[in-house]
Amino acid sequence: MTINGWIQIALFCAVVLALARPLGGYMTRVFTGERTVLSPVLASVERGLYRVAGINSAQEQHWLAYALSMLAFHVLGFLALYALLRFQAVLPFNPDGQSAVAPDLAFNTSASFVTNTNWQSYGGETTMSYLTQMLGLTHQNFLSAATGIALAVALVRGFARASANTVGSFWVDLTRTTLYVLLPLCMALTLFYVWQGIPQTLGGAVEATTLEGAKQTVAVGPVASQVAIKMLGTNGGGFFNANAAHPFENPTALSNFIQIVSIFAIGAAMTNVFGRMVGDERQGWAILAAMGLLFLAGTAVVYWAESTGSPVLNAFSLTGGNMEGKEVRFGIVASSLFAAVTTAASCGAVNAMHDSFTALGGMIPLINMQLGEIIVGGVGAGLYGILVFVIVTIFVAGLMVGRTPEYLGKKIEGREVKMAMLAILCLPLMMLGFTALATVVAAGLAGPANAGPHGFSEILYAFTSAAANNGSAFGGLSANTAFYNTSLGLGMLFGRFFVIVPALAIAGSLAAKKTVPASAGTFPTHGGLFVGLLVGVILIVGGLTFFPALALGPIVEHLAGGLGQTFAAGG
Amino acid sequence: MLNQLRPALVLLIALTALTGLAYPLAMTGIAGAIFPAKAAGSLIERDGKVVGSSLIGQSFTSDRYFHGRPSATTAADPADATKTLPSPYNAANSSGSNLGPTSAALAERVKADVAARQAENPGRPVPVDLVTASGSGLDPDLSPEAVLFQVPRVSKARSLSEDRLRGLVEAQVQDRLLGILGEPRVNVLALNLALDGLGSK
Repeated sequence: MTINGWIQIALFCAVVLALARPLGGYMTRVFTGERTVLSPVLASVERGLYRVAGINSAQEQHWLAYALSMLAFHVLGFLALYALLRFQAVLPFNPDGQSAVAPDLAFNTSASFVTNTNWQSYGGETTMSYLTQMLGLTHQNFLSAATGIALAVALVRGFARASANTVGSFWVDLTRTTLYVLLPLCMALTLFYVWQGIPQTLGGAVEATTLEGAKQTVAVGPVASQVAIKMLGTNGGGFFNANAAHPFENPTALSNFIQIVSIFAIGAAMTNVFGRMVGDERQGWAILAAMGLLFLAGTAVVYWAESTGSPVLNAFSLTGGNMEGKEVRFGIVASSLFAAVTTAASCGAVNAMHDSFTALGGMIPLINMQLGEIIVGGVGAGLYGILVFVIVTIFVAGLMVGRTPEYLGKKIEGREVKMAMLAILCLPLMMLGFTALATVVAAGLAGPANAGPHGFSEILYAFTSAAANNGSAFGGLSANTAFYNTSLGLGMLFGRFFVIVPALAIAGSLAAKKTVPASAGTFPTHGGLFVGLLVGVILIVGGLTFFPALALGPIVEHLAGGLGQTFAAGG
Repeated sequence: MLNQLRPALVLLIALTALTGLAYPLAMTGIAGAIFPAKAAGSLIERDGKVVGSSLIGQSFTSDRYFHGRPSATTAADPADATKTLPSPYNAANSSGSNLGPTSAALAERVKADVAARQAENPGRPVPVDLVTASGSGLDPDLSPEAVLFQVPRVSKARSLSEDRLRGLVEAQVQDRLLGILGEPRVNVLALNLALDGLGSK
């Protein structure tokens, strides 16, 4: 670890914090339907969309109608993407002649992009036509991100309103998020990324003759426009197989810095949106503080572990920490920081191969996802994820003092706690259940590339990433098989919608409640005690659930590696 | 559910056209007009022929060139499409090794590479990036230490003085951005192009 390394991490945190309030203020105006600086340009487009779609923008929806609209939209989006993948060979914008995508891979990819996971069982440059990348994947990057934000806003309205029947209109939230937030930011980011060297072209792969006379085929494409939304929308699906480690997806230290900032930007700003909409910005800062504590602790461990390196390799005459799977232009600190950010935020892009991290360095990304993607989290998803934990925390606090718990003037009762537990329990069921299945059937055991405990980690990481809608991988796992494509696809769908629907139910139930004025007995939820309690609940729930599985994977691998033990694949 | 269908269908089609076609195509047009060389992939030409991209590493095996990092990329086996063969710096199929910290295969590979590198430079510890595969398999860079480590070999193969080569390398070092972001690095392709330029003088 170096001073410069810590300065890079501190600079990152400072920029994210500085952006949270202005971006939060802008987004609050967008979600409450006020005029913004972009209204003169976009208001007519917005009105036109509503007219054609038959949407009355003034009409709000009950939480059930909101959920049904969201589901209807996703079913159609899923089918459209599946069809596009199956027919890409006969459609235009396919200069490199990619063939149709196989049914199991098309199912997995559709589930993956519709749920904002962007798990990739395929290598982009060897599988997808430019039309698929743009019309199918770039487009779902926008819509799955916009959906996550819309749902979080609906839940926030539940807290902010009293004796109300409705939580907003899904169609309006979706449209306004796409038009006013995602699209303009992405246009600016695309140009910035091209300036840094990311290609943006419809021409096919380039044939080069290297200095030593060999042929090199250089894959290019409309990359920058996809990278912009992939990071900002915490999608993470790469244009190329190597994702943000590929020099064409992330060419410089500056492009890397802007990419990690844009992963966190909207998620951090959403806590400010929450604070503003419930009328007390301190409530948002308290939640961001809890996220920040968990994030810094995780980042410090990854950075320490990767700087220390693997004992097995350190036995040879080498300088420096662990560079296997990392790029020189990022080095150890920017790779460690990226890994912590991308898994904390449900993004899943990678600028280094997590599979080749040290045992403990690779365990932190796993834990970040297992805690439920609530450390900043996916755009929107992180906020509704952590609010679910807030409800449990408030409930626990209420039990300790024997009072009916309240949060922001709302009594938290049986229904909210049940729904919160439903959302929280869904993830471990998917992550651990499917991992257990994969370790006993031959089709699952055929997947890992590494032997020993690391092979188990590869399987655990895959299902954790899928259910948490992250999308990063221990890439050695051969996941493009019928078994993994199907089971991971199911994990993603359950992990997304079995959290969303309970969260919306909570929103509906809270919105209908009266507001109770704060009294001397009210537990203040903007102070250090609350932040500490929230962090404690998150760690205890996560720890109790996942420690046994982690002990079988990264922890035993760390101990074995410390003794110099290695594992041979196929041995 | 039926009254949800019209808004769902119309918004899906309209937003697909907007974000999936209009946005990337407009950005392709604008980017191509403002940054034509970068939008096309930062290609480098020598004597009218494309020799590579300044952002993409390429394989160097001759003693007369500085070598890049090991690359774990593969290509389909022409004899059997279900299998793959090692194909370093295959810029049409990026990937890392994905070998874990307790992998015997990784330990053997690094051990062999360390031994081979130390033969050029006996007794000196090897810079770690010179014997570890990059994440993309296309890393265009090396740390300055890893480049300087190779100076004795290139000096012998080219009959150029080590001092002259060191000067060439130092001129090619890119420092951290503003002294803060990223790591110091040397682009291997640019260095080798400069090296060829030196030889012809």
